[in-house]
Amino acid sequence: MADQPGWIKLVQGPDGAELRAGGAWIVEHAAALDRLIAETAKAAPPKALDLAEVTLLDSAGAWLLARATSQGEAGAVPWLNLAAEFQPLAERVLAAGPKVTPERPRPRTFVDWVADVGEGAEEVFSETLDLVAFFGEFVLALGRVILRPRRFRWKPLLVHIEQTGINALPIVGLISFLVGVVLAYQGADQLRRFGAQIFTVNMVGVSVLREMGILLTAIVVAGRSGSAFTAQIGTMQVSEEVDALRTMGLDPMEVLAIPRVAALVISLPLLTFFADLMGLLGGGVMCVLLVDITFSQYLGLLNNAVTATHFWVGMVKAPVFAILIALVGCFEGLRVSGSAESVGKMTTRSVVEGIFLVIIFDALFSVLFSILSI
Amino acid sequence: MAAQSSNVIEIRGLVNRFGPQVLHDGLDLDVRRGEVLGVVGGSGTGKSVLLRTIIGLNRPAAGDIRVLGRLTRELDDEAWRKLQTRWGVLFQNGALFSSLTVAENIQAPMRERGDLPPELMEELAGLKIKLVGLPVEAGGKYPSQLSGGMKKRAGLARALALDPEILFLDEPTAGLDPIGAADFDQLIRSLQQSLGLTVVMITHDLDSLVTICDRIAVLVDKKVKVGTLDELMRDTHPWIQSYFHGPRARAAGIVVG
Repeated sequence: MADQPGWIKLVQGPDGAELRAGGAWIVEHAAALDRLIAETAKAAPPKALDLAEVTLLDSAGAWLLARATSQGEAGAVPWLNLAAEFQPLAERVLAAGPKVTPERPRPRTFVDWVADVGEGAEEVFSETLDLVAFFGEFVLALGRVILRPRRFRWKPLLVHIEQTGINALPIVGLISFLVGVVLAYQGADQLRRFGAQIFTVNMVGVSVLREMGILLTAIVVAGRSGSAFTAQIGTMQVSEEVDALRTMGLDPMEVLAIPRVAALVISLPLLTFFADLMGLLGGGVMCVLLVDITFSQYLGLLNNAVTATHFWVGMVKAPVFAILIALVGCFEGLRVSGSAESVGKMTTRSVVEGIFLVIIFDALFSVLFSILSI
Repeated sequence: MAAQSSNVIEIRGLVNRFGPQVLHDGLDLDVRRGEVLGVVGGSGTGKSVLLRTIIGLNRPAAGDIRVLGRLTRELDDEAWRKLQTRWGVLFQNGALFSSLTVAENIQAPMRERGDLPPELMEELAGLKIKLVGLPVEAGGKYPSQLSGGMKKRAGLARALALDPEILFLDEPTAGLDPIGAADFDQLIRSLQQSLGLTVVMITHDLDSLVTICDRIAVLVDKKVKVGTLDELMRDTHPWIQSYFHGPRARAAGIVVG
């Protein structure tokens, strides 16, 4: 690129001022040329623009020159002596017209903001309705499958159990173990002040079995498998696979949703059981270290502290949470529309809604159990 | 710049292989300045891979590629980025960024340069939109609001954002109706002439080959055969024979009678 950068200057000719431009008028120098034009154009309108010395011209350069000489408007400055090789380009750019800038979108006002809040609220409401309707459709499809069990798809069920259950064991186990450790550590610290350190065992046992085991497992699974469901079904939606299913007379609910929900209903309780064990193990390790008891003493104390009821209170929530997470995952997946961007958006939404619903239902369960005094 | 060579792209001894499968084996190809070169070939002969190799998305197993006189594999990052601004690519479905409007899409490569004032970028984006024959209002729309043909035009506008010297097109008329495809062919031809572009286009569209391509490169036997339509018509290679003498070729008016 040995070409000299473009230049433009005002020259006093025999019959008035004339603009003269030369060099390379290309996008590479556009920023500098833009400034140069702003400085030159301050003078009174020239009679003509002489382009004899222009060595390179591209559409950006031509546009800058066209704008400087207000082409296409009243009082346009005529162009002279443009090299023949640049003529077609100049014609083309000038044909695009003086006004090329698209209108900017209107700036947002306070009213827009209020309208957004309203729209958002309406969307939450209508989406809740849609989710309830989806649940209804799911129950109907489930009824059809129960009446004709041969239509149930076993292979995807097993695949999803493996993906959502077996593959989640390490992360669920590790998190539960660590939470058991933390509970015991904090509990022992607080209870020591009352000389009630030994009750750390009760605290760990009851909180892990009733709440922590199931809640942590459900949150991990919502993040891990709920999102995966949405992404899988969403991608199928984008590549029109879901439409293909429909045209073959296959119900996406039956083919996609039921195996996933069933798989999670099986794997989430099993994962919860595993999480309970790991949580109690973590608490036990910490009790042995801090409370000065042996591990067999810990097991003995645990046996007195918790009953089967505590265990079942936790476990009974697992299938409910499984249905919530899997349904939301499939629901958001089927709501994906067209673009890949919406897969990402819906996946985020699926995780947030899944965890939100899990916690809401956990609170409802607490109320229910306290009414039943369990 | 123009004095160095009349070839803007020179490929020598290109080898591309994926596992045991060899796609290109000692492929040589020259693209001359200011021509429209059509690239054709059967499915799986590596048309797209050839294009991706030239623009640096695929690293060849062997061979030299010179683009605008520069040996691509010897360029450092800085020089490579500089070279990249001298070509534009239109991907098959436009590949517009879905989260940006058309005008913002066109400004994306300009923004990368970093020195253009925002108003000028807006104006240049508007100019490109007009150049590719879209209405000015299209600039404020998102890709999902555009039809397939408009998406291609918008993609073309983005490819032209930095006034490149070479334009790579991957099946520009695929998925367009015959009228839209003919319009798009004419658009490419007229832009090529007025902006002084060199165009390399992969295509399956025999009409495009007839109406706008100066020369045609056929991918056969892991190499290319280049020639004008007339020269290739006389070629005895069986694939080329059936390609240019098949029923569709007849429909496109290549074969008379």
